[in-house]
Amino acid sequence: MSAVVNLGAHRLGPVKRVTDGPSKADAIRRAMRAASVARASTADDLHQLDLTCAASSAAAATDLHHQELEAIRDGTVASVHSWELVTSVDGPGTRLTYFLSGCLLRCQYCHNPDTWKMRNGALTSMNDVLARIRRYRAVFAATGGGVTLSGGEPLLQPAFVARLFAECHELGVHTTLDTSGYLGASATDELLENADLVLLDVKSGLPDTYREVTGRELAPTIAFGDRLRERGINVWVRFVLVPGLTDAVDNVDAVAEIAARWPNVTRVEMLPFHQMGADTWNRLAIPYPLHGVLPPDAALQERVRAQFRGHGLVTF
Amino acid sequence: MTLLDNPRATTTDAPTSAINGWAGFTAGPWQHGIDVQDFIQHNYTPFTGDASFLTGATERTLALWARLSEMFPRERALDVDPSTPASITAHAPGCTDQSIEIIVGLQTDAPLKRAIMPFGGWRMVATSLETYGYPVSSELETIFTKYRKTHIDGVFDVYPPAVKRARHSHLITGLPDAYGRGRMIGDYRRVALYGVTALIAAKKLERTALDAQPSTEEIIRSREENAEQVRALKELVQMAAHYGFDVTQPARTATEAVQWLYFAYPGAVKEQNGPAMSFGRNSAFLDIYMERDLAAGILTESQAQELIDDLVIKLRIVRFLRTPEYDQLFSGDPTWVTESLGGIGLDGRNHVVKSAFRFLQTLYNLGPAPEPNLTVLWSDTLPDGFKRFCPQVSIDTSAIQYQSEDLIRAAWGDDAAIACCVSPMGVGKQMQFFGARANVVKALLYAINGGRDELTGEQIAPVTAPLDSDVLDYDTVWAAYLASLEWLAATYVDALNCIHYMHDKYAYERLEMALHDGTILRTMACGIAGLSVAADSLAAIKYATVRPVRDASGLVVDYTIDGDYPAFGNDDDRVDAIAVTIVETFMAMIRQYPAYRNAVHTQSVLTITSNVVYGKKTGNTPDGRRAGAPFAPGANPMNGRDSHGMLASALSVAKLPYSEAQDGISLTNTVVPTGLGRTPAEQVTNLVGLIDAYTLSHGYHLNINVLNRETLEDAMEHTENYPQLTIRVSGYVVNFVRLTREQQRDVISRTFHTSV
Repeated sequence: MSAVVNLGAHRLGPVKRVTDGPSKADAIRRAMRAASVARASTADDLHQLDLTCAASSAAAATDLHHQELEAIRDGTVASVHSWELVTSVDGPGTRLTYFLSGCLLRCQYCHNPDTWKMRNGALTSMNDVLARIRRYRAVFAATGGGVTLSGGEPLLQPAFVARLFAECHELGVHTTLDTSGYLGASATDELLENADLVLLDVKSGLPDTYREVTGRELAPTIAFGDRLRERGINVWVRFVLVPGLTDAVDNVDAVAEIAARWPNVTRVEMLPFHQMGADTWNRLAIPYPLHGVLPPDAALQERVRAQFRGHGLVTF
Repeated sequence: MTLLDNPRATTTDAPTSAINGWAGFTAGPWQHGIDVQDFIQHNYTPFTGDASFLTGATERTLALWARLSEMFPRERALDVDPSTPASITAHAPGCTDQSIEIIVGLQTDAPLKRAIMPFGGWRMVATSLETYGYPVSSELETIFTKYRKTHIDGVFDVYPPAVKRARHSHLITGLPDAYGRGRMIGDYRRVALYGVTALIAAKKLERTALDAQPSTEEIIRSREENAEQVRALKELVQMAAHYGFDVTQPARTATEAVQWLYFAYPGAVKEQNGPAMSFGRNSAFLDIYMERDLAAGILTESQAQELIDDLVIKLRIVRFLRTPEYDQLFSGDPTWVTESLGGIGLDGRNHVVKSAFRFLQTLYNLGPAPEPNLTVLWSDTLPDGFKRFCPQVSIDTSAIQYQSEDLIRAAWGDDAAIACCVSPMGVGKQMQFFGARANVVKALLYAINGGRDELTGEQIAPVTAPLDSDVLDYDTVWAAYLASLEWLAATYVDALNCIHYMHDKYAYERLEMALHDGTILRTMACGIAGLSVAADSLAAIKYATVRPVRDASGLVVDYTIDGDYPAFGNDDDRVDAIAVTIVETFMAMIRQYPAYRNAVHTQSVLTITSNVVYGKKTGNTPDGRRAGAPFAPGANPMNGRDSHGMLASALSVAKLPYSEAQDGISLTNTVVPTGLGRTPAEQVTNLVGLIDAYTLSHGYHLNINVLNRETLEDAMEHTENYPQLTIRVSGYVVNFVRLTREQQRDVISRTFHTSV
């Protein structure tokens, strides 16, 4: 924890995110923006996606706030969208879930597109996050819960994830990683060593559909899942069911076949699409592709669950 | 000396219960004085199993419940006896269906028929009768306006002007000056354990002690009350005799124990229209009798359940005659027949007994219902079987509430029960002077406006300098707020002293007090409304930029807010500390003013559904809340401002110190079933964990509604389809379809936690 940034308690407060105004945080954000532009042009190269490299080159370029950006690279600071103390949705028991900012996927059904850009998050120090985790240790013990890192895509900030999970295990707190797996290559072995559970979002089983849904490729997710299998890490596979987009029998079967290859998958959660994210798309003035799409009806949900169960998967 | 001069009381033989109520019981000090707690500790059997022993409703039970259920829809046209002032013996015996009732006794001569109780005040009675189309007896009117003074007349004879102003402006609301104060629990168990003859003997002993003291005003009053108590006990014997029972002697069987206990209860509710006529902590007590009869082979499990089912049916049909205004304040016609289940003894053994399960089982056997208000005294150390059954019942019925056994036991002992919503008290040892509540939001607006009301411009509090800056400065506002609260505390305690002096004098609770010890602990329960609005307003002033908007007369009528502020309900110490400080500060101020009869000052942070009414009477606030918008109920964070999940919201509330709010801190949460987990077992596990986490964090009280928003919206439109839809609102349960539409909308707009 040597290079912890002091950005002021109020700014780091989790309740209200950092508001606009000239500040050091803005400078960092400008730097990040530059970095993400640089990333976007070579998005297919995973190495280019490594925030830590981008951040340090940005730091060199601007020569500003070197200490802050160093901290991000070290994983002692993260860009955080929000946190919640939630039960049953992000792993077992009651969980402190941090939603980290930044994601490379552009899922049509994304319900929090305000997490897409890392620069929109609040810079939050590892120490602040750890203080909150310590505060809730009794809650985790009482509920069989723990800490979940979600997003956005937490593996855009892999150093922070790795450090935090290691700290959690020092404290005896259960850890869960909620990821698409697209950036699985960024997860070090040490990070996975300290991940008790991975919620692996397999957004589609057919490469073409996956590309249509997310704008990216399916293969990295499968590769990451294979790695989790090799390491024997407990996995819950998640699949968002969107009528007309992901509900094709072939697509669902393909997801089920992928999940069935992994004996370490202990449950599949079929998440029915909902429209509660629409307001955020509108607020951000991003054209919303699923306008008017209805949630899947009970019959469709049951059909899809049955497909998973047909592959011997425990499915909810 | 032995109260019961009963040579048959032995502890050795198998029960020969036909002749001896105490046969087979373990001896103890309880035999030598009135001490039900001691009896329970010596005789009850903790139960560590699960719910699998429970039995369903018998055909007889279902038939009896069906007879009443078909009467409920017709209740909107109230059945009232308009000409018989209620008393323990005023009405002839009544029954629901004599052929199948196991437990008998009604408030009046017919089920659901309401009585008039004019000793509180005549106008309330007359207004109610006129509202519901009944004749107002001119003879009674003459008696109660010319010859017999009532409680409310006495109160208004002595109110000082400041109290009248605060009452008029709704700074202090819901005072029990026009209705009964309630919030006391007769120890109805005493009738079953000792029989009335022994209770009268004990009261006479108390009288002897009083007679030995000089006749000061205090002693004279106590002697008169003692005489009234004895008279009430004798009337209780008569009332039971009219039903064909002799309650002078101890109950000899489980059936008699339930019946004796139950006779004592309507004896109380026949003549007191307290808003809260709570029942106590009876499950371990009754369980002792049931275990004895089960062991003797004279009772089966199904029969034991029938007894509890029948008792609960009776508790579900307690009715009072009340005005529509009253119902607006305390919506849903509640009676708060609160029964406390679970808990732990001072010796560390848990008080979970089979009968606690049986009470909960009535919610399945008879369907969910608002009354009795089943309350679980929860501790993480209760046995697993019970800990898993309670949340299961919550998920299935939403009809139970949870309170921290550990906080209550530490403060009030192991025989404490909840009166009304969340108020704990030692049964038969303690009563409270109910104080409704003061609006701490309005007090803040008065501080800003120099004591003028923000809606009317009237000068209510003493004149102080209005805050005239363009931007509100936190330190300046806080200093003015302290002055405003100080005046409010003085005025508030003043009002309560007047009320309770007159309540004792003109509407004394004879039978309930006969079932208390002679020397009791009295608490004066002050309460505050709007805590989260006040805390958020102060946080806005401190962390954002708040500019007052003034009308032509200089009165601040609105506020503009620039910037963000931390809101109560997010486990954020910056604002939670403000809420804590308000609670601590107001309590300290209240304690400075002597209370009538040396009562111990306490405070509550609970508002029932009156949060709607309080909000309606309060102008725009510095947190951005609009004039007239409801406050959050109880200690709840404001709707939608708690954005970090249900438990984070609850943990903010858990910071409010119970030691400074010993009358209780209430929190209501609504979750959708799927938000608790994927499988029924997982839902139960997660809810157990949440309640444990909250109580281990020193949370005091938790209502859990497990409902879909769609269900409530549909129920608003199709009330006929949801006669039993039950939801919890800040400490008590209501029948949803009996709320006003405004209250229904408020409930729906409250934070629905789709995930928790």
